[in-house]
Amino acid sequence: MPSHDVLIIGAGLAGQRAALAAAEAGASVAIVSKVHPVRSHSVAAAGGINAAINPADDWRSHAFDTVKGSDYLGDQDAIEIMCREAPKEVLHLEHIGVTFHRNEDGALDLRAFGGASMNRTAYVADITGQAILHVLYEQLMKYNEQIDRFEEWFVTSLVLDDDGACVGAVAREVRSGNMEVLAAKNVILAQGGAGQCFKPTTNALICTGDGIAQAYRVGAPLMDMEMIQYHPTTLIENGFLITEGARGEGAHLLNGNGERFMEQYAPNKMELASRDVVSRAEQTEINEGRGVGPDGAGIFLDITVVPRKRTLEALREIVNIGKDFAGVDITREPITIRPGQHYIMGGVKTDIYGRVPDIAGLYAAGEVACVSVHGGNRLGANSLLDTLIFGRRAGEHAAERAAHMSPPEAGEAQLRADVAMIDEIIGRERTGRRISEIKDELGVELNRTVAVFRDEAGLRHAHEVVRRLKEQAATAYIDDRGTIFNQDVLGAIELGYMLDCADAIVVAAIERKESRGAQFRTDFPERDDDTWLKHIDLSRNGDETPNVSYSPVTITQWQPEERKY
Amino acid sequence: MADFTLRLRRYDPESGGPPYWDEHTIALEPHRSVLEGILTAKAQHDGSIGIRCSCRAAICGSCGVRINGQPGLACHTHLEHAQATARDGVIEVEPMGNMPVIKDLIVDMDAVHWKKIQRVTPWLINKEPIPEREYIVDRESMVDVTQSMACIQCGACVSDCLSMEVDPLFIGPAALAKAYRFVGDPRDAAQYDRLKDLAEDPHGLYDCTHCFKCIEACPKGVAPMSQIMRLRRRAGSDHHIKDRNNGERHEAAFVTLVKDHGLLWEAELLPRSYGGNSFFGKFAPPAALELVDSLPVITKALLRRKVTPAGALKPHKIPKDDLKQVRRIYDTVEGRDERFELNLYISGYDEDAEPAFAAPDDAMASAGGPEGSEE
Repeated sequence: MPSHDVLIIGAGLAGQRAALAAAEAGASVAIVSKVHPVRSHSVAAAGGINAAINPADDWRSHAFDTVKGSDYLGDQDAIEIMCREAPKEVLHLEHIGVTFHRNEDGALDLRAFGGASMNRTAYVADITGQAILHVLYEQLMKYNEQIDRFEEWFVTSLVLDDDGACVGAVAREVRSGNMEVLAAKNVILAQGGAGQCFKPTTNALICTGDGIAQAYRVGAPLMDMEMIQYHPTTLIENGFLITEGARGEGAHLLNGNGERFMEQYAPNKMELASRDVVSRAEQTEINEGRGVGPDGAGIFLDITVVPRKRTLEALREIVNIGKDFAGVDITREPITIRPGQHYIMGGVKTDIYGRVPDIAGLYAAGEVACVSVHGGNRLGANSLLDTLIFGRRAGEHAAERAAHMSPPEAGEAQLRADVAMIDEIIGRERTGRRISEIKDELGVELNRTVAVFRDEAGLRHAHEVVRRLKEQAATAYIDDRGTIFNQDVLGAIELGYMLDCADAIVVAAIERKESRGAQFRTDFPERDDDTWLKHIDLSRNGDETPNVSYSPVTITQWQPEERKY
Repeated sequence: MADFTLRLRRYDPESGGPPYWDEHTIALEPHRSVLEGILTAKAQHDGSIGIRCSCRAAICGSCGVRINGQPGLACHTHLEHAQATARDGVIEVEPMGNMPVIKDLIVDMDAVHWKKIQRVTPWLINKEPIPEREYIVDRESMVDVTQSMACIQCGACVSDCLSMEVDPLFIGPAALAKAYRFVGDPRDAAQYDRLKDLAEDPHGLYDCTHCFKCIEACPKGVAPMSQIMRLRRRAGSDHHIKDRNNGERHEAAFVTLVKDHGLLWEAELLPRSYGGNSFFGKFAPPAALELVDSLPVITKALLRRKVTPAGALKPHKIPKDDLKQVRRIYDTVEGRDERFELNLYISGYDEDAEPAFAAPDDAMASAGGPEGSEE
């Protein structure tokens, strides 16, 4: 049984950053990922990373923009930490090799981004996530000796000891089918979000909420799960992301009448208002018959107003996406987009060190976690920052904790249970539904009812669907009876993770009877600070609907006020 | 919606049987990708079809395959396009080449691709002192190396690298492009050492035969071969590294022969590349050794009438005016103060760029220096 000081599950930006930080602090580290690390979904982050680097900027300004962007649901202590530590982190990335774009003086160039009061987004063309992820992986290769990589190992469960502390995870090597307990003094969850609960989504096929569900199943609280971000610009054909960097570079949004309709909704920030605001504006235009494209279900994003040379240099990836996936030359004509599911602000509840309450030795960082720095709505280019800052903090804290601990005692009971669980799935009769059907139905339902606009009836319907699909998933069958690279059986396990996440998302959205950030209830259209300036926490209640409780929002220096852009 | 038939190369390592073909017909819109086609077949017909995939948008690099014999990403190829290029109307999908197959369309990238990446010391070796703030570097230099940062490690170039097929130890296009990412990075302190190492490796810098396959294969415009040529220019022209493989001399021999005669003079190539300066002038013993080594090749060429003994002894002739044109190219290129390097991000075809370099893509980007070597 491999045993380490720190086991990190997930190898996107949060996971890799945590691994490097823990190793640097002297811990023995293992990082496990169900895909090769560079395939992690952080790779798709396009636009950039926020930091108050410009001497004329101030981290407090960044923090205030983030608080306002969160619709005052973000915890201000965590936001302060993130924004204060941001410049140092971005400079660290620069020092280890990220090829950030420079200005004419050779210093870091900064671009405009949504919800920000000044240019503070460092970037690498529009492949910022990829550039950072690949550079972190370069560092993992460099520290080959200190960090054990378990690439293409799929985690099936967390392992707790008799005292309820987390002491490892059960994982299956995808290539061989071999299952093992990876024991550790501390475990850091870093598996990203749960976008696959929605169809369409900008999220990769691997974003199936594994970490959120694994933590939930061992009793960890989830927080802010109703806060689902719809990104304002996703390709109408298939939901692919068009980076906010496009609007940062000056692109316009136009309705069917050719109007820059954001004037009506956010006269100051226009296209660069917060994402929830822009998505709601777009959806309103579409709903009121001023959309474009087939069924008037889209909006034009006009990038032709950006100088062509600049587009080719700084928005290269979306030039390709336009050409390859929509047949549009974005430097010559507008492209049709619509709001699409993109990010989950909620996740496993943690403190500012990434610690999960109630479960010793368990940490979470990145999209899987909810610190909460994003509250009701995440600002563009704050997610990369969140992964790196809290990934590093979790890694450092876990390494420090491990230094004072004796080796973990992880039993094999969970291993035996998981082996049996997989055998049972593989051995199922072909009588139930196909996994793919259930997944499709879930995605379509959530995208219909838990989207930009929500109401009680729709959410109740979604909840019934989720509960029914959970039952059906228990007997759903797969085709692959093999052991080597059996992706089919992993898909069945992922479906279980997604359904747990969906359950929590829907229950929280029903619970919050107000409109704040990404949660807009047409039946409760106002923000209600008196009743709802608080987090909704969910915890597991056997196989029943999760238990609901509340926790206060931490306010340090910014009292809630009306939110205008 | 239209019907498309996919013919997938399947291999079940647990069956003990050989690989086989498996056909599935699915209905999808023509602009959907081959990956979506495969995933539809997997969802509706057979969940045991093995393929790595994640982002569906050509950014994660998981789904490298061969479609109708051409390497690329399954998510990056439209069904209608794939059908149009299919031999018999059926879209053929196979695993990538040059790497062992694990199952169906899944290959062992660790055994080949990642091993080669690890070979090129793939991390920044910082110039000291590390500044308190960011390194101040030339704006263009960061944009320049961003082209190789755009590599998503999908393996498509490795799949069809002809040199690697002949020499499995060849470091290969992806890893060498990765190497350029550091050699071209002004923050790296080990540029000379890296170049020296790659030039001296018999499976390194000069093992590329300039076949353009990797440029064709790359879905992200990284143009690995162009990066290899850049490495050569830096090694040869900038750092004057005389490698023991004679790669640098061999390349120079090509360049000067074409300059002098307008065409290659094969009989002169070996002597100029190895040892002496000319077969007919100063003859050096190492050239004789190389000539003896090359006898089988020369004999074969004679037997197949690719060369005649008389023809080999005198250079090819081209019309005088043509030779003048060739010289003019040399004069222009060599007369510049700096090398002019285009790349994916610094594109030559924008309105305000110099019209003289209306290069349509990066394959043309090597206008700046001597290159061309066939080992």
